[in-house]
Amino acid sequence: MNFLSYAGKRLLQVIPALFGISVFVFTLVHLIPGDPADVLLGQTATPARTKLLHHQLGIDRPIIVQYFSFLNHLFHGSLGTSFYDRTSVSGLIAGRLQASSFLLIGGIVLSLLISFPLAVLAASKEGAARDQIVRMVPIIGLGMPQVWIGIELILLLGLKVHLFPVSGFGYTFAEHVRSIFLPSLSIAIGLSPILIRSLRASMLEIWEADFVLTARSKGLSRIRVTVSHVLRNAIIASVTVLGVNIAYLIGSTVIVERVFAIPGTGSLMIDAIGRRDYPIVQGVTIFFALAVVTVNLITDLIHAALDPRVSL
Amino acid sequence: MKNKNYSFYLGIAIISTLAFIAIFAPWLTHYDPIGQNLMSTLAAPSRHHWLGTDNLGRDVLTRIIYGARIDLSIGILAVLFPFILGTTLGLISGWRGGWFDVILMRIVDTTIAFPFYVLAIALVFVVGAGPKSIILAISLVGWVAYCRIIRAAVLVAKELDYVHAAKLSGLPTSRILRRHVLPNVISQAIVFSMSDIVLSILAIVSLGYLGLGVPIPTAEWGSMIQEGQAYILQQWWIPTIPGVMVVIVGFGLSLIGDGLVKRLNK
Repeated sequence: MNFLSYAGKRLLQVIPALFGISVFVFTLVHLIPGDPADVLLGQTATPARTKLLHHQLGIDRPIIVQYFSFLNHLFHGSLGTSFYDRTSVSGLIAGRLQASSFLLIGGIVLSLLISFPLAVLAASKEGAARDQIVRMVPIIGLGMPQVWIGIELILLLGLKVHLFPVSGFGYTFAEHVRSIFLPSLSIAIGLSPILIRSLRASMLEIWEADFVLTARSKGLSRIRVTVSHVLRNAIIASVTVLGVNIAYLIGSTVIVERVFAIPGTGSLMIDAIGRRDYPIVQGVTIFFALAVVTVNLITDLIHAALDPRVSL
Repeated sequence: MKNKNYSFYLGIAIISTLAFIAIFAPWLTHYDPIGQNLMSTLAAPSRHHWLGTDNLGRDVLTRIIYGARIDLSIGILAVLFPFILGTTLGLISGWRGGWFDVILMRIVDTTIAFPFYVLAIALVFVVGAGPKSIILAISLVGWVAYCRIIRAAVLVAKELDYVHAAKLSGLPTSRILRRHVLPNVISQAIVFSMSDIVLSILAIVSLGYLGLGVPIPTAEWGSMIQEGQAYILQQWWIPTIPGVMVVIVGFGLSLIGDGLVKRLNK
């Protein structure tokens, strides 16, 4: 099987996942016992809002009709209208994407800067002191709540030493980068224990692979083998490990945005919860799920392009 | 190999100590975890309040101790349900294959498409904040990992000789699954459940921080971190120590998990 037919097959696999996501998000509101409008609006319920919600949810219609109407809106890129200010949810999400993307990319870059060297170092000699030390990182780091890491970073690097801003997103590019440094670092420190563990394991496998043995037996130096044989495969491993953890990574941005008051998509969702603005909560949930499916698809395709064995 | 087992017992010791603290909380401190004393707010650590008091004059140490009750018990419960559900489904899926397996795997694909926190936040929003919602949210996502682990192990195990022998001797399927397959595939799931408890406590803490977890004023580490954030410059320990507690739980459970792997690989 060549790359194209692999890509085609992989694309087809996306369809059931998309179907599942739509069913799940649609069902979410139907999990509520009684009149969902009462629960969703809570104390913010007014006759007008209740009526609007009934109309938006279309609860008076048969459930299957409701589902297809929901699906129809989705296909047209419509995620509904906010209860709070009557603007389109897709527009609101688009407006918040910049901050979230900065944070996500910052988180990925810093995670790799922390995990990759440590994993390479540990795997270069299994069982050696350096390996033992690196292996302690996940054991201690796994239990660090990201909100807590964020607050400790604010205290140490933001308030005690005034190195970085402790909240907001700034207005210029340079300010954005400075503002997202601490939040990205919180994400990276939280994610690194998981990344280091998986990357170290993948790299140990690479070191034991036949082609590395061949290269070593040809008399190539350890450094030469590392650079030209091991690293290439280690990068492939990183792409995969990141792809697997992308859902976790995106979830982290939601939490960390809150700690640092960053006006991203996650903050949009949390603020909407405070205002019981159901369409936004639903819209962001769908949006994030679609983002995860897309990223997983892309990482699989990159993986297949880098490593021809995948599409076999 | 001998010294490697010490870390396993160290893990057991850490978790047992924490469990002891959680269970015997009322005997370890005479303060009320939600009892306010507005006459002594944000007091520095002293003989009476070892870790000082918070902005409502509550004893910080007492809240940490009672927090262990909430976070540990919900953390363990929230792993128990997905463990049972995922193991059962994985067992059936791996054993039977066919349409059941196909449909279940599509459900798995769908579930892992949702970032956990996003799904949990949406669920808690719909169902309402509180321990039940947290357990529901974690269970709804968590079963997937166990299902995949067990399914993969069953696919291997069902081709092994002793399973074939059990089949040939005419034992009923339920008995083969319970007595022959399950004991041989469960170990990986148990190892995973150790770090899964850590992840679920992290989720409780994060949801608590966001105000979507265990409702205040109940002493819970996540909401303590959130409430303490405002006073971090004066009283850094108020938000810091609850986080350290989670790190200690994570450390203990990781040691147990790694120790189990070593024991199983012997």
